[in-house]
Amino acid sequence: MNLFKKGRKIMKKFFSILLTIFVPLSFTNVSKAAGHMEAEVIHWWTSGGEQAAISEFAKAWEEMGNTWIDTAITGGDNARGTTVNRIIGGNPPTAAQFNVSKQFVDLVEQGLLQSLEEVASAEGWRDFIYPPELIETCEFEGEFYCVPVNIHSWQWMWINNDVYKKVGLPVPQTFEEFLAGAPKIQEAGIIPLALGGQGWQESGMFDVVASSIMGFPLMQSIYRDKDLDAFRDGRFESVLNTYRELNQFTDEGSPGRLWNDTTAMVIEGKAAMQVMGDWARGEFAVAGQEAMVDYSCVIPGKEKYVALGGDVFVFPKNDDPKVKDAQLAMASMMVNPTVQAKFNNAKGSLPMRLDVDTSAADACMQMGLDLIQNPDAIMRESDDWNTPAFTAAWGDIISEFRNDPNYTVAQVMDDLEGVLTSGL
Amino acid sequence: MPFYRNIAAKIALLPMIVISLTVFVGCIIYSFVFSLTNSKLVPVINYVGFDQYERLFKQRKWDVAVENIFIYGFVFTIGCLIIGFLLAVLIDQKIRGESLFRTIFLYPYAMSFVVTGLVWKWVLNPTFGLENSMHMWGMTWFELDWLVNRDLAIYAVCIAAVWQGAGFVMVLMLAGLRGIDEDIWKSLSIEGVAKWKSYIFVILPMLRPMVVTAIVLIAAGVVKVYDLILALTSGGPGYATTTPAMYVMENFFSRANLGQAFAASIIMFISVVCILAPWAFYEFYLRNKYANN
Repeated sequence: MNLFKKGRKIMKKFFSILLTIFVPLSFTNVSKAAGHMEAEVIHWWTSGGEQAAISEFAKAWEEMGNTWIDTAITGGDNARGTTVNRIIGGNPPTAAQFNVSKQFVDLVEQGLLQSLEEVASAEGWRDFIYPPELIETCEFEGEFYCVPVNIHSWQWMWINNDVYKKVGLPVPQTFEEFLAGAPKIQEAGIIPLALGGQGWQESGMFDVVASSIMGFPLMQSIYRDKDLDAFRDGRFESVLNTYRELNQFTDEGSPGRLWNDTTAMVIEGKAAMQVMGDWARGEFAVAGQEAMVDYSCVIPGKEKYVALGGDVFVFPKNDDPKVKDAQLAMASMMVNPTVQAKFNNAKGSLPMRLDVDTSAADACMQMGLDLIQNPDAIMRESDDWNTPAFTAAWGDIISEFRNDPNYTVAQVMDDLEGVLTSGL
Repeated sequence: MPFYRNIAAKIALLPMIVISLTVFVGCIIYSFVFSLTNSKLVPVINYVGFDQYERLFKQRKWDVAVENIFIYGFVFTIGCLIIGFLLAVLIDQKIRGESLFRTIFLYPYAMSFVVTGLVWKWVLNPTFGLENSMHMWGMTWFELDWLVNRDLAIYAVCIAAVWQGAGFVMVLMLAGLRGIDEDIWKSLSIEGVAKWKSYIFVILPMLRPMVVTAIVLIAAGVVKVYDLILALTSGGPGYATTTPAMYVMENFFSRANLGQAFAASIIMFISVVCILAPWAFYEFYLRNKYANN
C-alpha cells in the first residue's frame, strides 16, 4: 500500500512537470501581443565569421522588439533543400537564404514567394542597390522577390609572400606568371597550387581561370548566350589547357579536401597559392596575418574583374497576415545602411549599396570596393544565368577533366557543347 | 479459402497492407509520373515524355555510377561472405577469449557508415594517413594512394565497407556453426575427412539459410549505399566513386532537377526488380512446389 501511494505521488509530480512544460508552449502563439513579431530564418552560416555576421541581423531584429528563431543548417545544399521541402510541405520559414543566382526562380514562378514590392518601392530600393545587376537577380515582372545582402567574389589568388621571397620570385599577377614560377617552387619542396578537390572548388577555380584568360565578354557569350561560335573559336580550349597545366602543380592529398584546410596550407607556407573566393580572407585574418604583408590577394589577369556572387534572402508566402508584416519589416531591416555596415564587416563581404561605412576594410577588401565602382569591372557568374542543373552538369565535366588525365580537351569540348545545347 | 477464415489476422494485417499500398506503391507511381515531367525545383506537371530517361542514359556520370554499384556490390558481398565465414570458422575452433574476439570483430558493425567513412578517409589519406606514417618510419617505398587514385578509389570504398560488414556475417555464420550437431562432426572425423574439406563441402551447404540471409541483408545495403561514400570520398576524385543513389540524391537536392532524379530512381527500382524477381520466384515459389511434390 505504501508503495502504491509513493507511485501515485511520483506520477502526480511527473504530470505536473509535463504540464508546466507543455501548457505555456501551447499558449505562446496566442499570448503574443500585436506589434511583437516572430521570425524564423533558415541559413547556412555556421563558421565563426559567418555566425558573427548573421547574429548582426538577429541583434538588429531583436532591438526592434521582435523574436529571432535561428535555424542554421550546415551546407548550402542542405539548407536550401530544407527550405524547399518546408515550403512544399506547408510549413514555410519566415525567411530563407539563397545565393545570388537562379536557385529560387522556380519558387517565384510557382507563386510561392512573398512579393516585397510594397517596401521596395516605398524605400526606393532601385535607387540605392548597387550594382544594378543585383536588382535583376531579385526582380521578376517588375516586383522584388528577394533581398540581396552582400557581394562575394571568386576572382582571387591568395598567395603566401614568404614562399615567393624564399625562392626569389616576384608575386605573380597572372596565371602565366604563376605557371612560369611553379617548377622553381616545386623544387624548393613547396606545393605550388593548393586546391581542394571538391566539385565546387574545381569548377570555381576554372571560372576564375576562364575569366582571367578569355575575358568577361566572351564568357558571357558562352555562359549566357550559349554562342557555339564563341565557344569553338579556340580561346576556350586555351583555358582548358591552362587549367590542365595548373593542375600538375597540386598535391596528391587534394581530392575531397575542404576549402579552409586548403587555405591553411597557404597560411602555413606548405603551399604557395590558392584560388578561392574572398571569404578566404577571414581565414588569414583569424590566423593573425596581415593583407599585402604576410599574404597577397591578387585578381589575376590583365583586365581585373570582380564577380557578383553573394547571398539573398527570400520570404515564402504565408497565409498569416502577421507573418507578412514581419517579412516586410525584416526585408527593410536587411538593407538598412547601419545594419549593412555591421553585417558586412563581420562577414568580410562587400555591401550591396555604396553609402555604407567601410572604414574597417583591409587592403584586400579595399581593392574589391574600388573595383566594384567601375561598371566595366563587374562580371557575372554562370549561375546568374543558368539553372543549378546546368551549372552542376557543367561542373561535373570540369571536375572529371581535372581528375582524369585521359579525358582529352577535344572530348571535353564535345561534352560541354552537349550541356550548352541541352536546354537544362 | 473462405474470406472469414483467420479474420482477426487479416484485420491485424490491414494497416500494414494499407501503408505498403499507399506509401510504397503510391510513391512509385508518383515518381514515375513525375519522371515524365520537366520538374526542376518543385514538382510540376509538365510532360516531356521520356526525355529525362534519354538524358540520363547519355550521362557519363550515370555510366560510372552503374559500373561502380556493380563493382561495389560484387566485392562487398563476396568479401563479407568470405571474410565473415573465415572469421566464424576461426572463432569456432574453441579458442580462448572467444567473446572478446567476437566483440572486436562485430564492433565496426555498431558504427554508422558515416563514422566508418571518416575513419578510413583519414587512414587512407596519403598526406596524413598510413602512407605518411610509413614514410616517417623510413619505409619510403610504401605507397597507398587508393583513395586519390580514380581507378582504385571504389575499391577503397569496398575495403571500408567489408571492414564494417564482415563482423556481422561472422556472427550469423557462427550462430549457424553452433547449430551443427556434434554427431556430424564425430562421423566426419570417423570417416577421416580433412577439417577444411568438411567445412567447405559438408558444413557450408548446411549453412545455406544463414548464407541466404546474409546475402539478402548485404544486398539491401548495396543498392542504397550513400552515406559511406559521401563520408569517404564524396563521390570523388572527380565523380569516380559516385553511385546511382548519390546521383538521385544530388539531383533531388543540390541540383534542383527533380525530373532527372525521379527518372534515375525509377531505373534503380526496375533494375532491383529485374535482379530480385527470378531469385524470389525460385526461392518462394519453385522450391516450395518441388518440396511439396
